[in-house]
Amino acid sequence: MLKRRIIPCLDIKNGRTVKGVNFINLVDAGDPVELAKAYVKQGADELVFLDITATIENRKALAGLVERIAAEINIPFTVGGGIDTVNDVSVLIKAGADKVTVNSSAVRRPELISEIAGQFGSQCVVVAIDTKLVGDEWIVFVDGGRTPTLLKTVSWALNAEELGAGEILLTSMNNDGTKSGFSLDITAEVSRNVNIPVIASGGAGSMEHFSMVFFNTECSAALAASIFHFGEINIRELKKYLKHEGIAIR
Amino acid sequence: MIAILKYNAGNIKSVQNALSRLGYKSIITDNPSELLSADKVIFPGVGEASSAIYYLKERGLDKTIVSLNQPVLGICLGLQLMCRFSEEGETQCLGIFDTDVKLFPPVEKIPHMGWNNCLTIKGDLFKGVSVDDDLYYVHSYYAEISLCTIATCDYILPFSAAMQKENFYATQFHPEKSAETGEKILKNFLEL
Repeated sequence: MLKRRIIPCLDIKNGRTVKGVNFINLVDAGDPVELAKAYVKQGADELVFLDITATIENRKALAGLVERIAAEINIPFTVGGGIDTVNDVSVLIKAGADKVTVNSSAVRRPELISEIAGQFGSQCVVVAIDTKLVGDEWIVFVDGGRTPTLLKTVSWALNAEELGAGEILLTSMNNDGTKSGFSLDITAEVSRNVNIPVIASGGAGSMEHFSMVFFNTECSAALAASIFHFGEINIRELKKYLKHEGIAIR
Repeated sequence: MIAILKYNAGNIKSVQNALSRLGYKSIITDNPSELLSADKVIFPGVGEASSAIYYLKERGLDKTIVSLNQPVLGICLGLQLMCRFSEEGETQCLGIFDTDVKLFPPVEKIPHMGWNNCLTIKGDLFKGVSVDDDLYYVHSYYAEISLCTIATCDYILPFSAAMQKENFYATQFHPEKSAETGEKILKNFLEL
């Protein structure tokens, strides 16, 4: 049976993980490679690295980091942050990334999705969608959540699928950082409507939140950052709990 | 020396990385004489079937691959290209395995992406591996079960997770991305 995936997300700035970490036995907690290795050991199913600076001068450094990650990690990983062109993707894939995420750049120029899928295959394009409930409508936001668009979330997700996205990374801005649980509404709605895997993101604060999103939506994976970094939830313990709850977990 | 076939598919480096983590040196090459003289050949692959076959044929590598006598391991698209025919781009493939490659019917999410266990396994490739061990897949097309099938997996329908015919081995999953279980399978292949 295909398993639901647990994905820790690491924010990268100048080649270092930015959010504080509370890992025991880490030689260097700020080194993304050390942190990634610790997560793999705990049983993470995939990893996501987001370069939050994403300036041109940081591109080369990021590619170097991706090479180091690829050399040491034996599970798939996704890299994102500031990808605007197929050439940006090519550099990261050549360095060893399995998938890339595009967000604002795909909203501004949706053909970017088909261009990447055409060259590297759909499986390598993860379209990240930041969404927020405005009135009674879930709307897509860009620029790290600063700028609202006119796009409705479900129709943008369907459009992204049509253009060749292989996966959707859906972050509810209403829930992100609240530790009050994933947004079950929009996650259920998007994952019911598209026929590609959906990664739920934003709001994880407890193990129950993961079982709720898996029980109540058709999402294929759940992503979280700080609760893993601060050691509030250990991935191994989380997976044991979810298995016990009857969810298909590796 | 282990040769990794170089062609227009992504993610070839990750196979080389996996081999070096296991302590094996490898070269990435499309030179027929290097491929023919290697101890083992790995035929990796992420990409699209018809353009991959076109690329191989253009360089005569299709003939090189089928003439190899040492152990060969096809991975993902590599497995599909070793079959007779693929629905992806209506592609005539290499015909090593007597079976066809079809698109999953859209009754569940496609691609089949993530970790899945096997229904059945047999043979040296799976030495020390259990049917409960999960392996990493990402594919929209699958090879039908045939006499060459040595492992089966279930997603939408049962399909070939791995195949073998004489010296030709192939896996639909990515052993290079399948954590310890994948490493075991790669090691089993390298020790053949």
